[in-house]
Amino acid sequence: MPAARERGLDASYVAQQLINGLTLGSMYALIAIGFSMIYGIVRLINFAHGDIVMIGAFGTVALLAGGVPWPIIVLGVLALGALAGMTVETFAFRPMRGSPQVTGFIASLAVSIFIQNLGVLLLTSQPRNFSFPGVMLERIDLGFATTSLIDITIISATLGLMGLLTLLVQKTKLGMAMRATAENLQVARLMGIRINRTILAAFALGSAMAAVAGLMWGGKYGQIDPQMGFVPGLKAFVAAVIGGVGSIFGAMLGGYLLGMGEILFVGLLPQEYSSYRDAFVFGLLIVVLLVMPNGLLGKNQETRA
Amino acid sequence: MLDLADLHVDQGRTHVLKGISLRVERGEVVALIGANGAGKTTTLMTVSGLLRPRAGSLRYTPPDGAAVDLKQVAAEDIVRLGIAHCPEGRQVLASLSVRENLLIGAYLRSDRPAIQRDLEWIHGLFPILAERAGLSAGNLSGGEQMMLAIGRALMARPQLLLLDEPSLGLAPQMVESIFDILGQLKADGVTLLLVEQNASMALDLADRAYLLETGEIALSGAAEQLAEDETVKRSYLGIA
Repeated sequence: MPAARERGLDASYVAQQLINGLTLGSMYALIAIGFSMIYGIVRLINFAHGDIVMIGAFGTVALLAGGVPWPIIVLGVLALGALAGMTVETFAFRPMRGSPQVTGFIASLAVSIFIQNLGVLLLTSQPRNFSFPGVMLERIDLGFATTSLIDITIISATLGLMGLLTLLVQKTKLGMAMRATAENLQVARLMGIRINRTILAAFALGSAMAAVAGLMWGGKYGQIDPQMGFVPGLKAFVAAVIGGVGSIFGAMLGGYLLGMGEILFVGLLPQEYSSYRDAFVFGLLIVVLLVMPNGLLGKNQETRA
Repeated sequence: MLDLADLHVDQGRTHVLKGISLRVERGEVVALIGANGAGKTTTLMTVSGLLRPRAGSLRYTPPDGAAVDLKQVAAEDIVRLGIAHCPEGRQVLASLSVRENLLIGAYLRSDRPAIQRDLEWIHGLFPILAERAGLSAGNLSGGEQMMLAIGRALMARPQLLLLDEPSLGLAPQMVESIFDILGQLKADGVTLLLVEQNASMALDLADRAYLLETGEIALSGAAEQLAEDETVKRSYLGIA
């Protein structure tokens, strides 16, 4: 936005950046939630989580090409993500349950590479256009800043999904079982909770969120390719760690902090610094971990072993 | 009701239980006493399916059904059979509220009005849990957590309650009130297999008792009988 830069840092320019930060933060938060849920319940750092974002994006394109109406597309993408997450859990992670943490971590890298390569094989590595209806991209003047329908949709849909997820985790029997399983596997079993089912539910919910983030990502940036999930996945991982891995609310907070920080870093500093945005993200991670080793809202690890 | 015969259990590479035989009849309170590391907790964990025996038999007969081979039953199915295990060190779910901890004890039940009645029954036994219902369980004191752990196990409406060291780490006064409640449960006809290091409290409450020494049953019999035994007096009751 060179024009804005020449105008200097006026209020509307800053407001503009804040909206951009909220949009990016929403997507990071949606992906980070799944990261945190999965880590919380099985202590697995799932690097294949970002690839669910890609699956969601391509699922959207496929449904769009089939002429499916939008509300159905959203539901379809949620279901597709849940299905992908459950498949990965059942075939890749469940057989390794009980093995050391590093085994699961390496397995998740393998799953990630597998999904990406399968994507390249089936879809070629050629980026594809992701065409949202034109109305989504039109600028809307809010008076103090301009935005687009897609930004508004991303931000409000994210808040809605997070609200629903919070209700589900805090108020339902399944949510209670998930929290119990995350805290103490043995006690959960003694209560009669089928832990494989609650773990599967955590994968399904977290992956559904990631897949919707893929839909949003494609809509916002207009292009998708089979390796598109890697960077958002990694950033969402950083967001989850900053928020305190294992905490759903922490993941939301971390996602918004990171998205906002990244946009403000690029938007408010002179242009020469823009190419350091990833360095900023990981620098922020290091600083947070130095000051708060369990993240902002994380619990002390020792009490949770 | 519960029948262990010549049971051998390993924990990791250690052969912990070396052929123990033990039986609990319906309506009985049976105490399993012994020193640290004798295998008391291992025994309970084997009954509830958290550990698998290497050899021996492990049978449970529900009051209204045929005998079940517990070696074939997974830990998550034990409670369905009517066995509730209140594990060592309380292990309340610290991030859940007190109320949720009690409700999760009734996880497999779907009879809402009866669950509500039992919740009130537990609140009657432990009034402090009603006062603290909305608090997270991690904020309770050790004694309150013990009450919560017992209440959680009772919410399953078990036929057989396995109770691991209810006195562990509690002030003497708190131990007294916990055992008062256990006495009430006994009077109500709850079948109880109680593991305790505090032998005098346990023998006071129990009908029968077993003394476990390094993985073997050293002594068994009526609780009063064990309380009079010279070795038990010297080593476990602190009476010279």
